[in-house]
Amino acid sequence: MFKPLNRNQMAWRAAQDLEEGTVVNLGMGMPVLAASYAPFGREIIFQSENGIIGAGPEASENERDPDLVDASSRFVTLAPGAALIESAASFAMIRGGHIDVTMLGGFEVASNGDLANWDMQVPNKGQLVGGAMDLAFGAGEVRVIMQHQTKDGSPRLLNACRLPLTAPRCVTRIYTDLAVVDVEENGFLVREMLQGMTQEDLQSRTEAPLAFARDIEPLTPPDL
Amino acid sequence: MIDKRVGSVSEAIQGITDGTTLMVSGFGGAGVPVDLIKGLAQSEVRDLNIVINAIRFLETYAPSLFQDRRVKSVVCSAFRGRDREPSNYERQWQAGELAIDLSPQGSFSERIRAGGAGIPAFFTPTAAGTQLAEGKEVRDFEGRPCILETAIKGDFAFLRAAEGDRFGNLRFRGTQANFGPIMAMASKVAVAEVASFSEKPLEADQIHLSGVFIDRILVAPGTGA
Repeated sequence: MFKPLNRNQMAWRAAQDLEEGTVVNLGMGMPVLAASYAPFGREIIFQSENGIIGAGPEASENERDPDLVDASSRFVTLAPGAALIESAASFAMIRGGHIDVTMLGGFEVASNGDLANWDMQVPNKGQLVGGAMDLAFGAGEVRVIMQHQTKDGSPRLLNACRLPLTAPRCVTRIYTDLAVVDVEENGFLVREMLQGMTQEDLQSRTEAPLAFARDIEPLTPPDL
Repeated sequence: MIDKRVGSVSEAIQGITDGTTLMVSGFGGAGVPVDLIKGLAQSEVRDLNIVINAIRFLETYAPSLFQDRRVKSVVCSAFRGRDREPSNYERQWQAGELAIDLSPQGSFSERIRAGGAGIPAFFTPTAAGTQLAEGKEVRDFEGRPCILETAIKGDFAFLRAAEGDRFGNLRFRGTQANFGPIMAMASKVAVAEVASFSEKPLEADQIHLSGVFIDRILVAPGTGA
């Protein structure tokens, strides 16, 4: 038996890979949660595409400033050294290759690194692209945090994306509730996997073929 | 003497007519020109072409624009309504009554920036090979496919700042600036509502947007955000 990671644990795992001194943009949902799990003492500059370079933790009730929100429309604080800029400069930072890593939510990732994370094709609902494409095309590295399967048990790690693409061949690493998977030249390579889970268990929940690293590690987050 | 202050919302929006292209700044509640948007809703103009990052903010402050079908087209990066049920604008889009130009937020910003900077079009890799590249010219630059994006210009722009002076110089607070500076630059008439007016000219090195890009200043201290 194995116990899938919860959202906080997934965010925690992704946060462990954020390196000192890097500039990082976090997408809505689980990715922004990761900021609170970055290892203590590591200085990371969180960029928010509406114009914050150096976002701090979410504001407490009495710290809230209606003029200071992040790209997820949350009231936030500023970290030491923060700067505030306008949207064109912020996207020049993203599109001009000045962001080291972006961590985004995902609907589907293909084994060649194609990402689909912007359009679920909900009938009668309009589309929302936001900054997802700019980040997926412009950031130095694109990492995805998402559930390994959909709510109804369909795989999300696919041979080819079915939903409209955000960007082709951009994803380098995927953090799921079951595993940490890299996108390599030849497809998916599992780096970490839940304890108690077999390779067959993971493959049966994945459409694309999986390779397993020789030095595969157990995925063991703290209780969160 | 230069003094760009106007005395009322109706004066601030004077000249907006049927068919006007209007750019509206604001992100997540910060820098949203609420008084100007509400003033627009009270006017009777129709067939508006709106340029706004997230259309839902316009509906929040000016629901009548959509109830009365007064918007003809929208350029935005976020067209989805918040609720599970389709919003009025999603229904109008489905019925073919509202034209949408959905643009990645960085392309949206850069198209507006280009509009204000005298650049009619530019190539970018963003969106190449995706649905949002359909119908756009593709050329390879630096070994990557890039798509041709065209500039966006406006007749009017609405934005909000923390402080302004009689020259139209502006200072923003927090994340208020967002699309305001580029929209002001890309529009023939830029209207800024400001939380406070400085009788003395703002200090030159404290100015975030030069008054050259601003035509009218409306003092609107009451609105939040």
